[in-house]
Amino acid sequence: MSIRTAIVRHPIDVAAMLAEIQDSANGATVLFLGHVREVNDDRAVTGIEYSAYGEMAERELASIANDAVAATGVSDLSIVHRLGTLQLGEASIAIVVAHAHRAEAYAASRFVIEEVKKRLPVWKREQYSDGTREWVNAHGVVSRGPE
Amino acid sequence: MTVTALLFASYAEAFGSDRVELSLDAGTTVRDAVAWLRALPGGAGLPSSPLVAVNLEYATADQRLVSGDEIAIIPPVAGG
Repeated sequence: MSIRTAIVRHPIDVAAMLAEIQDSANGATVLFLGHVREVNDDRAVTGIEYSAYGEMAERELASIANDAVAATGVSDLSIVHRLGTLQLGEASIAIVVAHAHRAEAYAASRFVIEEVKKRLPVWKREQYSDGTREWVNAHGVVSRGPE
Repeated sequence: MTVTALLFASYAEAFGSDRVELSLDAGTTVRDAVAWLRALPGGAGLPSSPLVAVNLEYATADQRLVSGDEIAIIPPVAGG
């Protein structure tokens, strides 16, 4: 069993994550990467600044991993979320799940990203080609006001 | 009693600060603490029922606070 979660401020080393989770008992490994997209809401994005309630985010990410294990039965899982300013194409999150069979691995990967979108206290501010910046929510919608 | 309120992202920007010490009556609820924050200068930019965490765990509006608690006002999350 290998459960690992981390919040980092450096580029995510996906190859290292895959190597760590390798186990010959597993017949399937699923990798999910979330990365910075060049267009949101018809605006040209140049980068995204990710921030977090660090201490709570670390606990919540570990809790999501444990919930994924309980919900899907996988036991080899690695999740890394990156903070700081990311350029186009850079990965903000990597989820690696390995299991004997693919169905559980896919289910756990999906479970983790959906829970991250709901629960992880992380925020993003998009930077646009015209020099402006906006806070956006998990649905990619610009926060026009607090309510 | 004293409670520390933490603000993040768009809320910290609206509030003009990311940390406020609140002096509250014993037994004050999360809901009441949020109302206190909203009454402070810059607080009008906070929603009336935001997501809140107390001591690193999500909390309900009815949860009662005790001295030394850390209450975090959580903007809509956007991880991933």
